[in-house]
Amino acid sequence: MEQPTHLESPIAVAGLRKSFGTQIVLDGITFELKSGEVTCVLGRSGTGKSVLLKLLIGLEMPDAGSIRLAGCDILSASPQELNEARKKVGFLFQQSALYDSMSIEENVAFPLRRHAKFSNTERRDRVHQLLGSVGLDRDLDKMPSDISGGMRKRVGLARAIALDPAVVMFDEPTAGLDPITAAEIAKLIVELREQRHISSIVVTHDVHTARTIADRLIVLDGGKALFDGTFDDLNRSKEPFITQFMKDAA
Amino acid sequence: MVEWTGELGQFFWRVTKAIFSRPFEWAEFSRQLDAIGARSFTLVALAGAATGAVLALQTRDSLARFGAKSMLPAVIVFSLVKETGPIITGLVVSGRVGAGIGAELGSMRVTEQIDAMEASAVDPDKYLAATRVLACIVAMPLLTIAADFFGILMGWVACTLADPVPLKLFLSNGFHNVTFDDILPPTFKTAIFGLIIGVVSCFQGMRTRGGTEGVGRSATTSVVLSSLFIIVADVLLVQLIITFF
Repeated sequence: MEQPTHLESPIAVAGLRKSFGTQIVLDGITFELKSGEVTCVLGRSGTGKSVLLKLLIGLEMPDAGSIRLAGCDILSASPQELNEARKKVGFLFQQSALYDSMSIEENVAFPLRRHAKFSNTERRDRVHQLLGSVGLDRDLDKMPSDISGGMRKRVGLARAIALDPAVVMFDEPTAGLDPITAAEIAKLIVELREQRHISSIVVTHDVHTARTIADRLIVLDGGKALFDGTFDDLNRSKEPFITQFMKDAA
Repeated sequence: MVEWTGELGQFFWRVTKAIFSRPFEWAEFSRQLDAIGARSFTLVALAGAATGAVLALQTRDSLARFGAKSMLPAVIVFSLVKETGPIITGLVVSGRVGAGIGAELGSMRVTEQIDAMEASAVDPDKYLAATRVLACIVAMPLLTIAADFFGILMGWVACTLADPVPLKLFLSNGFHNVTFDDILPPTFKTAIFGLIIGVVSCFQGMRTRGGTEGVGRSATTSVVLSSLFIIVADVLLVQLIITFF
């Protein structure tokens, strides 16, 4: 398998601000994701975690601030430049967002069909290899509606890493899964870092998963990054919100 | 309303650019041509056949009162080819295809499939909308020919049941004064109906908000708006055809 293109800092964000109407969702968010690092973004529901990911990939535009994604300033980039940057990024959506009209195999083949120059045989082999790497090697002709939530996450992950991205974004990867499946997904995220040196940014409110996978944590509250550091630092934090958050999560 | 019109205009421009930019999505286009065109065939053929039969039954009595019963084949052919066939096809397809596109794209929007496509560097306007709009444009004239054909055929059947007349004679009388100018402009005006159905339904589907309720709303508004715009466009197109042909 090809190794992904490594970038010193696949994501760099400064002074990010986003509001919907009068509600300020993110206010002055600044951070940098280092190569090979897994960063978890924690926070209560509705604190703008998913919005942050959509801003990073250019699905939403910020009111202020700057975003560099895979070396591309996405606010001033042309649609072609933005798409080039997106090819270096994988995205696993909360509900997996598999294409309903395509089988599991076709879902994973979709980005390869669009952006990679493979023969049909090479593409099929690559799809089988990707699905094998996430523990799926049968029922590949099933439709997304016929498989479980955990399997959908795995297929979504296989699709997200199909183009050997430098960074993968995860939106609540373990939400709605049983503890065993959640642990398996967490293990796959760690494997991406250890075996393929892929950076990840993981939005979650699952502290247990964050503890398992994160090199670094960012805690959002009231639109601001309340904390940025390691899990040990988080445990030592005296910030009332963080103390309460960790207490409730325990 | 002004905002909606502005957004529809921008969407129409993006889709038009996408249709004419490379690479063309042949595989998805042919899939949509099958879903939109081939799978509407039966419904359109039935609607055309029913219209032809009703036209024959209703008109026969009226013409008989004026002693012009021999004009019946020409009245059926002219009526179907010039107006009834195209408008019936437009309204039937807007009901079936408009609702389908609105619901499918709406569902893709609320389940983040369109976001996923955009995030993987694929333009949804090109892959999803442009292919569907073009399939509607291409399919409509072909479906109209089918509606006309089955309408005329059932018109003959209805006439024959009341007063037997050979098919050859029926067609000969019906098409006696028909020229290509009577057939081609009304048939090809349905490409504009296809454009309306495709653009309005894709636009409504892709701007869906509010979960499953929003999907239902998108499907309904796609049909209502497409049908309304088809009727308005038909008035304008008929006037244009009368002026130029």
